[in-house]
Amino acid sequence: MLTIKNYVRAESLEEAYELNQKKSSRVIGGMLWMRLSNFNIQTAIDLSGLGLDTIEESPEEFSIGAMVTLRQLEEHQGLGAYTQGALGESLRHIVGVQFRNLATVGGSIWGRFGFSDVLTMFLALDTWVELYQGGLMPLEEFARRRADRDILVRLILKKRPARCCYVSHRNTRTDFPVLAVSAVCLEGQYQVAVGARPGRAVLLRDQEKILEGGAAQGAEDFGRYAADRIPVGSNMRAQAEYRRHLCRVLTERAVREL
Amino acid sequence: MKLTVTLNGKKIQEEISPDLVLLDFVRAHGCHSVKRGCDTSNCGLCTVFLDGKPVLSCSVLAARAEGRRVDTLEGLQEEAAEFAAFIADQGAEQCGFCNPGFVMNALALFRENPRPTDQEILTYLAGNLCRCSGYEGQLRGIRAFLEWKEGGGRA
Repeated sequence: MLTIKNYVRAESLEEAYELNQKKSSRVIGGMLWMRLSNFNIQTAIDLSGLGLDTIEESPEEFSIGAMVTLRQLEEHQGLGAYTQGALGESLRHIVGVQFRNLATVGGSIWGRFGFSDVLTMFLALDTWVELYQGGLMPLEEFARRRADRDILVRLILKKRPARCCYVSHRNTRTDFPVLAVSAVCLEGQYQVAVGARPGRAVLLRDQEKILEGGAAQGAEDFGRYAADRIPVGSNMRAQAEYRRHLCRVLTERAVREL
Repeated sequence: MKLTVTLNGKKIQEEISPDLVLLDFVRAHGCHSVKRGCDTSNCGLCTVFLDGKPVLSCSVLAARAEGRRVDTLEGLQEEAAEFAAFIADQGAEQCGFCNPGFVMNALALFRENPRPTDQEILTYLAGNLCRCSGYEGQLRGIRAFLEWKEGGGRA
């Protein structure tokens, strides 16, 4: 059971960061996963009052505040157009509208959850995270790191020309994915992020130029390449062998769509 | 800590515990339509509107409703009764436990999208679980309600 002794609506990022230096403090995002935990939180830090709930679009990038909800992402026309609907596809399976009206980008990315569709989707794109102390870093690097006491401020998605496709397999509707694949062609460079392995999502680039002759021609080989290289494991949703098979099939399907 | 919130149009001010969830707050104020179902943010039974948007009240701290408007089915009875009659006509409520949350989310759908397709209905309501019906009755009820609205809302 989650207990909270003090609740603070931070008035600045500096205040939030200072409060968060104590191990007994927690920054709360949508709180959907955290509330299932057994934490005894001394100070719950709410970033709701810091204006981090907006998506700003410029010709170069999207700036997505940490408190933007998954529903805001899903409904944002610019993001939908840039990702050719792939972002919406990655989000629409996540429980229900009421859940997505609460779950935040910051909570999804900061948690680096293995099951995260959000992390898988953004990892394949040219995405950066902005940390209060740590500054800007590529999402790929952030995803590999262990959690510390910094504060995630926003995501920056660079608007490089991209073609995108997101596919996932679930045992039942609205459940966590058994495996999820986000395939992207970024200015001619192919890469896929594979999530729910069940570990956190990882990125695989086409370093062997399998897709140089085009996505349709190389998709089958690239699917095999991904299945050979992406580490997968077992949990209550599927065994590693099944995930390896899904990795090949879903990667091939996603790449074929690019 | 002190909470000020507008619940179903009525301003309330009271001391709350920081870890009180909105579900327990609204039930303590007589809003018994709001049910505790799964308590794991999955079933939709505890749906309320927070500033007009449907959310899972089991997963929101009451503290986060500070200065905001909270609406439950008790505050939307006129709007809900019109629609719920069509669900009842289909016998789609069966045990009825999921019905308040389902009606709340359906109202949210109609506000956002007055003419949804079947696929849009199914997608929007995917977060409302029902263990009785198989969802066919609800879908028929929604279609019948939308047709009635389309025809001017007359019997």
